[in-house]
Parts: sequence; C-alpha cells; structure tokens
Amino acid sequence: MLEYKRREILSGNKAVAEAVKLCDVKVIAAYPITPQTPIVEYIAEFIANGELDAEYIKVESEHSALSACIGASAAGVRTFTATSSQGLMYMYEVLFIASGLRLPIVMAVVNRAISAPINIWNDWQDAMVCRDSGWIMMFAENNQEAFDFTILAYKIAEDKNVLLPVMINLDGFVLSHTYEPIEIYEKSYVEKFLPKEPNIPHKLDINNPITLGHLVTPEYYMEFKFEQEEALQRSKEVVKKTIEEFNKIFGRNYSIIETAGDGDIAIVTMGSLASSLKYLLRSGENFKLVSLKLYRPLPKEELIKELKDVKTIAVLEKDVSYGFEGGILYNELKSILYGKTDANIISFITGLGGRDTRVEELKKIIKICENPSKNVYWLGLRRI
Amino acid sequence: MEYVKCRGKCVANCSAVRCFTFRRESKKYLVKDDLFLSGHRACQGCGATIAIRHVLKVAGRNCIIVQPTGCMEVVSTQYPETSWLVPYIHVAFENAAAVASGISRALKVKGIKAKPIVIAGDGGTVDIGLQSLSGMLERDENVLYICYDNEAYMNTGIQRSGSTPLFAATTTTPSGKLSKGEDRPKKDIAKIAIAHDIKYVATANVAFPLDFMKKVEKALKISGAAFIHILTPCPPGWRIPESKSIEIARLAVDTCMWILYEYENGKYKINYLPTVKKPVKEYLLLQGRFKHLDEKDIETIQKLVDKRYEELLKLAEITIQE
Repeated sequence: MLEYKRREILSGNKAVAEAVKLCDVKVIAAYPITPQTPIVEYIAEFIANGELDAEYIKVESEHSALSACIGASAAGVRTFTATSSQGLMYMYEVLFIASGLRLPIVMAVVNRAISAPINIWNDWQDAMVCRDSGWIMMFAENNQEAFDFTILAYKIAEDKNVLLPVMINLDGFVLSHTYEPIEIYEKSYVEKFLPKEPNIPHKLDINNPITLGHLVTPEYYMEFKFEQEEALQRSKEVVKKTIEEFNKIFGRNYSIIETAGDGDIAIVTMGSLASSLKYLLRSGENFKLVSLKLYRPLPKEELIKELKDVKTIAVLEKDVSYGFEGGILYNELKSILYGKTDANIISFITGLGGRDTRVEELKKIIKICENPSKNVYWLGLRRI
Repeated sequence: MEYVKCRGKCVANCSAVRCFTFRRESKKYLVKDDLFLSGHRACQGCGATIAIRHVLKVAGRNCIIVQPTGCMEVVSTQYPETSWLVPYIHVAFENAAAVASGISRALKVKGIKAKPIVIAGDGGTVDIGLQSLSGMLERDENVLYICYDNEAYMNTGIQRSGSTPLFAATTTTPSGKLSKGEDRPKKDIAKIAIAHDIKYVATANVAFPLDFMKKVEKALKISGAAFIHILTPCPPGWRIPESKSIEIARLAVDTCMWILYEYENGKYKINYLPTVKKPVKEYLLLQGRFKHLDEKDIETIQKLVDKRYEELLKLAEITIQE
C-alpha cells in the first residue's frame, strides 16, 4: 500500500516546491522575499537540473510576478508563484484582478509580519488583509499539509465550477524553515488526482479570440461581482468534495475544519498554532480545538455547528484589525455567530512579528476563559 | 551630411492614401481584414487608433494583444462590446509587459507560434509601467511592445506624463504667470529601451504608415523583445483640430522634433530626414498646448531638438563609418 509514498525530511518551503514539481506547473514567475525565497530557489534548481519542465520568469517585482502568472494562466497553462509580507502587499492590486478574471492561479504565501517597523518573522497580517480579494485561502498546520494543500489547490482552482485563484498559507519560519518528516507521492498517483493540463474555458486562443479584462460600466459591473461571489461561496462544496477525493487516493484524513478535544471552552485558530494547542490537549487540558484549514470561503455552517454549544469561544490569531476590536478572525466569528449562541467570544492576539507563543500563555487562555474581564487579550505582551 | 534614403521612395509622401507605391508595397504583407473594428469610442482624429489599425494590418490573427489601462483600452473594450477580432487582455496600468511575458512563456510551452503585442500609452510605458517594461526588455521576452505616445495622460483628461515635452501646457502643468507649462524635457524612452541591449528598437510616426508597418513587420519577426515608439497626436490633448492630427504628426518629423530611426543589432539607422529641416516653430504654433510660448521659449526647444538631431546623426554615421 505504501509504495507510492516516500518519506523525506523537508522544510515547509521544500515541501511546497516538491508539490509544485509534482503538479506539472508550466510557468513560474517569482521574486525573492524572506521567508518565501527557498521555495523559488528549489523550483529554479528543479528546472536547472531538468527535474521540472517549466518556464521560470525572473520578474523584477512581486507585482510583475502575479501579473505574469495572470498572462500565462489566461493563455491556458498551469502557473505558480510564492511570496510573503511586503511582496503580497505589493501584489495587492493584482490579487483582485486574478480573481476577477477567474484564473486558477496557485500561490504559496509564507506568512510574515508587515512593515513598519520592518520584521521578517511570522504573523498572519499579510494574508488576513487580503481576505476580501476573492481568493480561496487555506492555512497549513504542518509541512505535510503545506505539501498536500498545494496539490489540492490546483484541483480546486481548476474545477469548472470554481475557476478562482487559491492561496496556500504557511507560517513563516515556524513551518517554512522547520524540517519535518513528510510523505511525498509518486508522480503517477498525483496524475490520478490532477489532470495533466488545466482546462480554462475563457483562455486567450488565436482560433477563438475573446476580450478579457473589459471596461465594465455600472450597467454590468454588479453582475460580474455577484457571479464572482457566488463562485467563491459555492467553491466550499468543491473544496469538501476534492478533499474527500484526495483523502481516498492518498490516505489522508483532511477536512475544511479540524476539531479535537471537548469541553465548555472552544479555542478557534488556524495554521501551526493548532499544533501547539494539540500538544496542550495531549498534556491533559480540557477544551475543544477548532482549527480552520479553509479560511476563504469561510465555512460558516460548519463553524456554527461546532461552536453553538460551547460556553466560551477563544479566537487565537496572529493579526489585528486595527482600529476595530481585536483580531480579524475574532470579528468574523462574532459576526457569523450572532444570534446563534450566547457564548462569550474573546479575542487572543499572539505571536505578532514572530514572537513565540509559549505553552504557559496557551494555558492562560483557558484560565482567562473561565472568568474573562475584557474582550481582547494580547498574549505575551511586555508592558514597560 | 548625407541623408538616409527610404527604400520605398514613398515614405515622404505615404500619408496620401492614394499613393501608388504605398499600395503596391503594402499589398505584400497586409491582411485584408480589419481586425480592429470601427465603432469604438475614440475621439475624432485620434492618432492612436490609426496606429492600432496599422499594427493589426501587419500582425494579422496570429497575435495576442495586451493593453495596460489607458485611452485605447477604454475606448475599445466597453462590455459587452469589443473592437478586437484577436485575443485581447487588459490587466492593470503598470504591468502590461509582465502580463505579456507570461503569455509569451505560455505560448512557448504550448508550442503556439503567436506573439504577444503590447499596445500601451506613454503613461503606462514611461512612468508607471517603466519597471515591468524594463524587466521584460532585460529578460528579452518574445514580446513586441508598442508605445503610442500622445505625450500626456489623455484618458484621465490631459495630465502631464514623463513623456510630455518641454513647455507643453497640460491640466497639471498649466501655463500661467509663473509657469511656462511642463518644465522638463520629454523622457527619451527609446533610448532607455536601447540601453537594455535588445535586438530591435524603432521610432515611428502615425503620418508615416508604411514606415511604421515595415517596422512592425520587422519587429514581429524578431525572436525576443522589440520596442516601437510611435508618435500619435491627440486632438483634444494637444488642442488641435481633428482634421489636423496627421498633418501635425508629419510636421513633427519635418521639423525633426520626432526623428524616425531604427536601432537594430547595435546599429542606428535613420529612416527618413526631411530635405529641408523646418523650424520647430511651425510644429509648435499649430497646437493650443504651446500657444503661450514666446520666441525665447521656442528657441530653447529648437536648441534641444537640434542637439538630439545632431546626436542621432552622429550615432547613425558612426556606425556607417565602421
């Protein structure tokens, strides 16, 4: 049974690069930024060694990286790019165009804090401020997920009912530069799952000329945007279905939301923080862990189902909604749970700019949840 | 000084539609159909739309058009209509060269023999698009980049760009008690393109269609990046009558405000020089955007033009002597 897999000890970045290699990606356009850089270095190496037959565009910026992917994807080939932090901010304009043009581009975002002050370490602010750009967004908990989600991403993005770009997020350094044993599949098995070429119905084709990126007046613009929103909302079912198929072929046990433990207190989080909380569960703490793998489209019904019966909900995240209240995910959860539960919902902000989230701090969450005195807590904050 | 003569002999007169040489010459490679349809929303007398029509006359159906945001994108692609009978994509303002790079690589992967052609305005080329253009040229992507230069941001209503000439009045460089209009000379984008050491760079002018089409044909055959810079008058922006745009474009060449030249494999070639070099005054005074100039200002412009003229002659002659 196991002969289609081999085990290797890889960093998160190498895991993503290996997945890209297995997916027959044809055009890669990328610009270096810490901590994403090793991904594009590995890919360049694969191409240089003839392990991956693809075009590598050495663009002069992230803005051009995504723009080149848009061009290549619009011309009908599978594309990939990766970035972090400032690079993602520089792409911001193009993110909306990639989703608006309905192109199945896959991008790995190695999450890192945003300047100023400049900081190269991990938090989620870069990805979270892109939440309304119309991309499907997934967060990996470990390197195996970073690898698997990248393969999944192509299948989801290219589904004829979706045709939207997918962003795979992995925590900078925590995953990107940390080595873990992961299972890599034989190419023939990936081919069973993912077709050799994407089918992009609205591609630029000299035999069937179309105009992409029209000027659209108030008369039609809303319909374009409504259809885009519908596609993103309905992609949830496609993600679920695709994950099921993936689980069957590769023997995994993924779902769009992972839960563990039980209790009156639920802690909602994403990314590698879920691993730390699992450690806490193993060490005997009593709470329900809800870890989001799919962040956009937000799995509303699933979240409500998991959270409606708990007494206190702690949302643990590495981002801030400046000028509002607490973290971004916290505010979204409050919004979807409105009228559905009487639970106390509390925001815990942690790990900004790469500060470690320590076990003692995680234990503090549970203590605070038993008797909270305010809505927002910054964990591990040093006040002078 | 020796003038470089045009092969077709017609270049000097080719703005005349009935020119026999033009018709004979052009038949050799022009496609019969118009692939850029009428009914678009461009102003009367728009130079850029004429240039686009000529590009597609040469390129035919085997191309993919990439446009940044700008006049030509806005007038030709209003949903649910399009003027384009070839595949067309518009992405954003500053990234047409990057989008075209992606398309070019995708076509290479798929083994499709077609070429992406960027048709970009001066703002999308010399200002906001300069970075992605430079990247594309430096990588020598298989892309033809055509910059139609109407010397300001005409789409948003005549704001100055890096390509606005010295002393031109625009809405952001108005002439006034303390201002003579734009206070800096035009950015020389062809020179910048040449600095990337690509195989082919040319300047063109919409009043010289045969010369332009020959250059497009040549550029399309090149494997790698090619850059063509074409002057296209904008009647509302230049404050000229619609019927005068071709005449004024011709005067730009006849006064050597705009010199038709090619840079090919490291060599400069001037394609056409007027037998009598007219004073720039004749070009300037026909345009509302220069109407505030006095003799001294005109003299300043004349000196600039003469300097560039001598410089180009030198460049072309130096290569001839070798």
